[in-house]
Formats: sequence, structure tokens, C-alpha cells
Amino acid sequence: MKGENAALGAAGLAAFLALGEAVPRLGLVKEEYFPPTSRIADALADELADSAFWSALGDTLTGWALGLAIAACAGVVAGVVISVVPYLREATASTIEFLRPIPSVALIPLAVLLYGSELRSVLLLVVYASFWQILIQTLYGVQDVDPVAEETARSYGLGTWARVRHVLWPTALPYVMTGLRLAAAVALILAITAELVIGAPGLGARIAVAQNSQAVPEMYALIVVTGLLGLLINVGARTVERRALAWHQSVRGEVAV
Amino acid sequence: MHALAVSGLQKVYEGSGRRVEAVRDLTFTVDAGELVCLVGPSGCGKTTLLKCMGGLLTPTDGEVLLEGRKVNGPPPGMAFVFQEYGRSLFPWMRVAQNVELPLKQKGLSKSRRRELVADALESVGLTDAADAYPWQLSGGMQQRVAIARALAYEPQVLLMDEPFAAVDAQTRADLEDLVRGLWRERGITILFVTHDIDEAVYLGQRVIVLSSSPTVVREQLKVDLPDERDQLHTRVAPRFAELRTHVYEQIQAAKRGAGAVKTDTPPPR
Amino acid sequence: MRRVLLRLLFVLALPALLVAIWWLASDNSTDVFWPPLRTIMRTFPDVWTAERLQDDVLPSVLRLTGGYALAAVVGVAAGTVIGSYRRVRAVCEPVLEFLRAVPPPVLVPVIMLFAGIDDTMKVTVIASGCVWPILLNTVEGVRAVDSVMAETARSYGIKGPARLTHLVLPSASPQIFAGLRQALSIGIILMVISEMFAASNGLGFTVVQFQRSFAIPDMWTGILVLGLLGFLLSVVFQLVERRALAWYHGLRASARRSP
Repeated sequence: MKGENAALGAAGLAAFLALGEAVPRLGLVKEEYFPPTSRIADALADELADSAFWSALGDTLTGWALGLAIAACAGVVAGVVISVVPYLREATASTIEFLRPIPSVALIPLAVLLYGSELRSVLLLVVYASFWQILIQTLYGVQDVDPVAEETARSYGLGTWARVRHVLWPTALPYVMTGLRLAAAVALILAITAELVIGAPGLGARIAVAQNSQAVPEMYALIVVTGLLGLLINVGARTVERRALAWHQSVRGEVAV
Repeated sequence: MHALAVSGLQKVYEGSGRRVEAVRDLTFTVDAGELVCLVGPSGCGKTTLLKCMGGLLTPTDGEVLLEGRKVNGPPPGMAFVFQEYGRSLFPWMRVAQNVELPLKQKGLSKSRRRELVADALESVGLTDAADAYPWQLSGGMQQRVAIARALAYEPQVLLMDEPFAAVDAQTRADLEDLVRGLWRERGITILFVTHDIDEAVYLGQRVIVLSSSPTVVREQLKVDLPDERDQLHTRVAPRFAELRTHVYEQIQAAKRGAGAVKTDTPPPR
Repeated sequence: MRRVLLRLLFVLALPALLVAIWWLASDNSTDVFWPPLRTIMRTFPDVWTAERLQDDVLPSVLRLTGGYALAAVVGVAAGTVIGSYRRVRAVCEPVLEFLRAVPPPVLVPVIMLFAGIDDTMKVTVIASGCVWPILLNTVEGVRAVDSVMAETARSYGIKGPARLTHLVLPSASPQIFAGLRQALSIGIILMVISEMFAASNGLGFTVVQFQRSFAIPDMWTGILVLGLLGFLLSVVFQLVERRALAWYHGLRASARRSP
């Protein structure tokens, strides 16, 4: 069954690539708008041989990783503090509900003014967007703490810090991991957006350059790279999440944010 | 003609190089208006058998006849009550809508549907719950809804797959009496699968004891208790104890894998 | 009564405090990038006139609605087909995983090639970015139809369109809504940046114009409007979701009470 699925998947992928080759060749769409797969592959090979490409990839990954790391630390700390300090959750709920849906792209003009096309522009957008994902999941996770476990810990005289470490954190961890997975995808989207729109160095800026210079196959090649990057991040994040979840077999729905 | 006739039924599961024979060779019949209980050791392929009869599984060999017609695919004259009531009712529909849905599929007129739904809900005592969602009800009430849905469908044969295995003991007694009451009132044909020996003897006119898997019929036993049964008196009657002891022995023997004794007569008094 | 007041206090206290801090901290600000909140508030009614709402906000919202609706229809329809057949799913899965992983904003330059810079481009960009979370969540939802429910439907002869409308889609709807939710945030991002790229009106265009012409207080009001729009859309979404999935929330609540 598994082997069959893999074969079918490979067949689907092959058909997809073949379609990409055939559609422009048959003149169904203009070749200058949609180059055939083989030409995109050529352009991709050229890109891979270009050191500028690798440094752009490095820039994108730096913005992504740094932004995600900052957002993760801030989100987890804020989530735990908000849940542990009495009344803080009630007091912050309305503010969070208001700030969370604000689209981070609204901050683009501000980022341009403040930081121009520096890495800090990218970080501003990435951190803002991914922070909420992690914060919300952390809050849900802490809410899920079994009151019985909490009371047991209390009755054995565990202090606040010990309760956070031994009761709250293990319960919340799977949720935090889910938040991290969602945030990783969002962070990549915002990193590429910042580069594309603001011109901060990275794959997005390289796509914008290719577009402006009518280098269509190169543009498609770079888009394929961003897709593969996204795929790698998704698969990686899911694997990490599953590892972290291995001991935690309880059923829980993913919280949509 | 029998309402239901199972002959030479065999079901073999094959997959990933393993071959599991769940049901070997089953032959029995159910007459119209009869209430027959199927009982066997746990894991004896009762559910497989029932799904083959309901047309949800295709048997490897043999056949099932419903009123003389061969079953291939779910027949319109059969209604199913599953053990997992919580997963068998649709949580996005209200109770009355759940009962009505199969009737819509049958193409009945709106007034006829309303009549059947009201009647079915009344006979399981849930008229007031028509507008509730299933998950607002207790487990026992949810199973009543599933029974009402089956009744409204007006089946020739009602198949019940361990319907009360997941409810508490008191609710279970109530539901058993409900099923017996409905059966006597409406004269429907019921095939009731259970792993509970007392339940089988209390409910059935006839008990079919199955062997452990691969399943064959081990014994068919006529329950010669009076038709008027109630939880209080029937269950302490000496004859009830004899019958249940007999079935219990049969099942223990089946677990040990002792040879089948096929009889159609009750054990001597 | 006291409890209501207390709740009101909780809801309003922090936002009021934050606004007050912003107001006081920025009041004497001479930094051009951080104008006093007082100035921003005074600029607000001058910038966001009824005319401007009609010329810039409305087109943006219409593009978003069009693209989002298109994505919802295509995503749910394709997701239902793919989710219903195991083989189709196996064939499509790797390609879909890849397409979903492409960061949606890179679609803007591609679709500009095909559709130019008019509204078709923006609607297509929004639709083609929003469709993936909806599609993949629908696939998951359709695939996960409970086996007992599926057998119940089969045994009562519920098949074809009735099966779809009474069993498959309702049972997948919580997942579909999760996808719609993700798609909404992506849609807003794409609406803004497609307008930043190439447009002559719309919210994204206007805000970037303010920034380029160094009309800083105006730009700040634009950011506030974008924020408000995001908030409002999310409130509307929540209302719709609460209504459509009332059964689901009730079911979950009752499952929590009696595990």
C-alpha cells in the first residue's frame, strides 16, 4: 500500500512536470510567460552554479530563522507569563484578539521608513506574524493543563516554578510545537514578502530582479526554490512536532488561528 | 420463505500477505417476526457476519437471502443499529432530522415522513427530544434515537450489532425491555448480536451460539420462556438460570475449541 | 451587575492603558517617523473621507471577496474530489504539498505576466494563494469521515449527492473552516501586496503612496485602517463560523464534560 502510494505520487509528479513541458510547447500558453519545464530546469541549474544565489538563499534563511527564534522565545515566555499571573489572561484577552488579526503587511511602510531594506525590516514583519501563532498555541496549551494534575502538584507543595516546569510545560509542549510548525510556514511567507516588496536581500529580492529584467525562466526557477524551501520547512517542522508528540497520545484538535 | 437465510457464509480477510479466516461456514435462518439472538465468545466474527448480512461486506463464499432475494450491497429492507451510537448519529443534525434522513432517501412524501418520525420517536419515548442535537442526550437516549431511526425506516429485518454494549447497566435493562416491547407490538423481525449471555437469553425467542473464529454455528437453542418477560421475575426464574448456564457452558467449550454439538432443542429441564 | 462591570473593566483596561501610553509617550515627539498620536487622530478624518472609503477601501474589499470566494469554491470542490478517492489523493499529494509550500506572495510577479496589472490579476493572485489551505484541509476533512457514520449512511442507502450534503461536507466542515481561516489571513496579505506592486487604487496602494511621499501621519492612519480591516474581517469570520459550526462546538463542549 505504501509502495503503491509512493509510485502513484511519483507518477503524479511526473505528469505535473510533463504537463509543464507540454503546455507551452503546444502553444497553449505563451512560452515567454510560462517556459517549459526543461527551460526552468536549465535556469535552476544556472542558479545553483551562481554564488549570488547561495548568498541570497543564506539571507532568506537568516531572516527566517532569526525571526522565528525571536518570535518563539517571546511567544512562549509571554504565553506562560500571561497564563500564570492571576487575572493577566482576562486582562489581555481583548488586546490579543484585536492585535492578532492585524495583517503584518500593514507594517511594511513603517518597516521601510524605519529600517529601509535592511535585515531588520524582514525581522519586524517575520516576528510580528509568527509571534501570534506561538502565543496563541501556548495559551491553548496552558489552558489544557489537567486541573487534577495541577492540584496534585499544589498539594505536594510544589512552588510556582516547579509547577511550571513539571506540570504546565509538559502539557503545553505539544501545542507549542504545533505553534512552531504554523509559525515556521508563516515566517517564510513574510520573509519572502519583505524581500519581494521592500527589496531586502534574499530570494524574494532576486525574484523581483528577475521579473524586472524579464528573465522569466530564472524567475520560475527561483519560485521553485522557494517552494522546495517551504516544503523542507513543512516536512521538517512536522517531523519535529511528531517527535515531541510521541509520548503525548491524547487526541487534540489543531487550533485554527 | 424465511425472512433471512444465511447459507454457507464464509469471510476471509486478505491483506499484506496475511490470510485471516474470520467466518468459516455459517448456515441459519430467521423467520418473519422472529427475534433471534446471536451470541458467541468475544472476537468470534459477530460483527463481520452482521456486516455481510447488511451488505456492507462482500462474503468470500456463500450467500445471504433477504425475503428470497440475494443480498449484494445494502438492501433497502434492512436497518442497522450500531454499537457506537455516538458515531452512528450525525452530530450536525437534530434528532428528528437524523431519523428523517433515510426516509428522504427513500423518496417518501413530506407528510408521510413527518408521520413516521413522530411515531418512531414516540415509541422510543423521545417525542420531547426531537429538536435536540444527539450530543445533548445521554448515551442511552442516543441509542434510542438510533433505534427510532431504524423503526421509521420500516425494515423487513432489523439488525442490531451489540447495541447496548456501551451503556450502563440500568439503562441497558430499560433498552432491552424497549426492544422486546417494540418487537411484540410491531411484529418486526430482529436479529440481535450480543456477547452478553443473559441478554441473549432474556431477549431472544431463539439463541444461536457461535464458535470462536473461524466461526461456525455451534448450537441453536430455543428459549422456552414465556413471552411475557420482565427484568425482575424472568431473570430469577429457574428456567432462565438453566438456559443461561447451558449457553455459558457452550461458549466456554467454544473458547476451548471443543467440537460442536448441533442441536435445535432446548436442554432438558 | 458587578460581574458585568468587572468583565468590562478587563476588556477595556489594557487597551485603554496602551493607547494612553502611546498618546503620552508620543505627545512631544519630534521624530518624523513617530508622530504624536494626537496628530494621527487629527489627520484620520481628513484622510479617510467617505470618498476615499469608496475609491480605495471598497475596491480592495471587493477584490478580496472575489478572490476569496473563488478560492473557497474551487478549494472545497477539488478537495472533496481528491479526498474521496484514495488513488487520486496518492497521485496529487506530492504536487499539492509542493504547491502549498510555495510562499503565496511570489505568485504576484507570475500572475502579473499573464493577467497584466488590472483587477483580474489581483483577484487571481488572491484566489491562487488562498486555495491551497482550503483545498488541503478539505482533503483531510473528507478523508477523515468517521467509519461508523459512513457505514450508517451506506446501510440506509444514502449515496450520491445526499451523501455529500448530509454526510461528507458537514463532517469535513470543521476542517474546511480551519482552512478558510488560514486562507483569510493569506488573502489579506495578498490583497495588500498585489496593490503595493501595481495598482492605481486600493488600500495597499494608498498606504505605500503615503509612505513614498513622506506623509507620515497619513501613513499611520493607513496602517490603522489596515489593522481595523483585519480585525473586522476576523470578527465577521468568527460570527459565521460560530453559526455554521454551532453543532461542532456543542459536541466538543459535551465531550469535554464527560470524557
